[in-house]
Amino acid sequence: MRLNKIILSFVSALVILFSTSVASFAKVVGDKIILGAAISLTGKYSSNGVHTQNGYNMAVDRINSMGGVKVGGKTYKFDIIYYDDESNPKRAAQLAERLISQDGVEFMLGPYSSGLTKAIAPVTEKYGVPMVEANGASRSLFTKGYKYLFAVLAPANLYLDVAIDLAVEKNNGKGVTVAMAFEQDAFSQDVRLGVLDAIKRTGSKKVIDDKLPKELNDMAATLVKVKQMKPDVLVVSGHTKGALTAIRQISEMKVDVPMLAMTHCDAAKLSKQHGKNSQYALCASQWHKTLTYKDDFFKDGMTYDADFTKEFGYAPPYQAAESSAALLVFKDAFERANSFDQKKVRDALAATNMQTFYGNIKFAPGGQNVDKPMVLFQVMCDDSGKCENKVVAPTKWASAKLIHPIPSWSKR
Amino acid sequence: MVFQYPMISVQACLDGILLGILFALIAYGMALQWGVMNIINIAQGDLVILGGYIAYFMYLYGIHPAWGVIVAPVIMYFVGIAIYKLVINKVVDRDLFISILATFGISILFMQLMNFAFGADVVLANSDYGTTMLFNNNVVLPNSKIFSAFISILFAICLVIYMKKSKLGRAIRATAQNARAAKILGVDTEKVYAATFGINAALCGVAGALISITFTIHPYMGLPYTIRSFMIVIVAGLGNLPGVAMSGMGLGVFEEFADYILGTEFRIGSVFLLLVLILIYRRFKLSRKREYLK
Repeated sequence: MRLNKIILSFVSALVILFSTSVASFAKVVGDKIILGAAISLTGKYSSNGVHTQNGYNMAVDRINSMGGVKVGGKTYKFDIIYYDDESNPKRAAQLAERLISQDGVEFMLGPYSSGLTKAIAPVTEKYGVPMVEANGASRSLFTKGYKYLFAVLAPANLYLDVAIDLAVEKNNGKGVTVAMAFEQDAFSQDVRLGVLDAIKRTGSKKVIDDKLPKELNDMAATLVKVKQMKPDVLVVSGHTKGALTAIRQISEMKVDVPMLAMTHCDAAKLSKQHGKNSQYALCASQWHKTLTYKDDFFKDGMTYDADFTKEFGYAPPYQAAESSAALLVFKDAFERANSFDQKKVRDALAATNMQTFYGNIKFAPGGQNVDKPMVLFQVMCDDSGKCENKVVAPTKWASAKLIHPIPSWSKR
Repeated sequence: MVFQYPMISVQACLDGILLGILFALIAYGMALQWGVMNIINIAQGDLVILGGYIAYFMYLYGIHPAWGVIVAPVIMYFVGIAIYKLVINKVVDRDLFISILATFGISILFMQLMNFAFGADVVLANSDYGTTMLFNNNVVLPNSKIFSAFISILFAICLVIYMKKSKLGRAIRATAQNARAAKILGVDTEKVYAATFGINAALCGVAGALISITFTIHPYMGLPYTIRSFMIVIVAGLGNLPGVAMSGMGLGVFEEFADYILGTEFRIGSVFLLLVLILIYRRFKLSRKREYLK
């Protein structure tokens, strides 16, 4: 019995020794730069997790086939180790630990969602592993003083403040009344803070401020209040569920509001699931294919859209586009650092200043991308009932004119 | 606000009642099976969601989702029977805790399977039923909600008649009262249990189809429905259909008013607070009774 125990501990010691010795030279094997990522392939984030993975894979293939990454006069190719985090923050943190300490990964790509990024960031920070993430927008990620976290996307508080500015502009610069309905999660509450800032800045007034519980898929009560108070703008953020519920109930209850602004419209496939009922909704988006940013790998948004659709059989949501952009950022940083030293790569990442098909990328000291504004698109339908998302703000990128105020239901 | 705009109270009452009727239907299924088999089915909500997906897929294939209220219960009845044969018949005469564990396991399995099969997207089925406006357009009722309530009531009435008149219904009631006595008198309790579980699953199927028409569905959205129906049953007691209907509607109205008065963020919380208060009240009443018996 005792002998067994001794043998067992000996074997496990060997295993640990072996795994750490593998770790020490696993980051770059031969001509491969190995990145690690925990992605939600199952669980409640699985659809967006798959978009993220597809975005990563698309960029890896493209960069590898177009010459790879040149460091120290040698050409390297990207490779990614994926694990499924089951949409569970605890699991994501464990997997990050495993990727770094067992698989020896020295550079990480982010998971999907703010919550999971929040779970992983302390781990990558502890080991000094640079992480470029593309799907965690919560403001709290960028206020903790993380040195190794870089996000290619605009932070959550910038999602809908553009809408308030737009409404004020349409109101000849005078303040507007705003009704807000936000889910009680980190992301939506950050969006809310951004809207509150905008309300204060523009001298507007909030008339309704509802917090939607996570379990709720009925917001009739909020909409009844909206009907009575008649605000100028209604802003809703509650992930795809919030967007779908809002449109369904607004159309059923015939709620007339001059401006309706939301998040997660394209993830919710609003125009597909609701057709004409979703018309005139304004949606915050990190990216849209008609934006005219350019790079050498994907050319521009339209080309990316076409290539992605060809490869994966569906049009890329912005979650895929930003994930692809993360790889471009890594490539750029490796080449500028001209080294695989984590500190040097980190410094190179911090100094990033580039344009990709997805947008300009330049990181603030907190790690968020400050060089890429959010865009607002409006769902517009033609007479046959075919709906399309068209960018209406900021004016620089607009491909259509904002329809304001939204025609009342009795006139549609 | 409720006093400022009196029409809000009317709206809240009507919304609450319509919502409550739907919840009551799910709760009735739970009460039935709890009463007959002494099983608390944690997977109740997941059966509801599965029913919703049936209606949703009909909608995808161009069939009006309202037909789901006929197709979903038929399919779900057999799903229920299958679950009974595979799992529930092994735990039915064990203690309550084991059945909770078993159905909890089924719940997790169903969630993951639905996620695997249908994806994690939030979906809904559009009925295009329009809206009913009352009181000079101040009160709005989506017709889909009215339809849901109407169908729920219809199914509940049919079920009550079935339980009273049919042979199986009588057998179910007999088994609920005293399983051993029923067995001695020739009732095949095994069959009764299977049928009860099937009927419960069918009710969940109807409710699910209605939910996909009125709200949204998602593989992980089952639990709130389990909890609501659990609460309604706790408040109403077992085998008490009018009680279930009343407490369902009461709960719906209470929720709506809590939403207006306390704010949306306290909506679910206030419901749980109510549950605690009711349980304390019941305990209090019970202990008084016991003292009296002494």
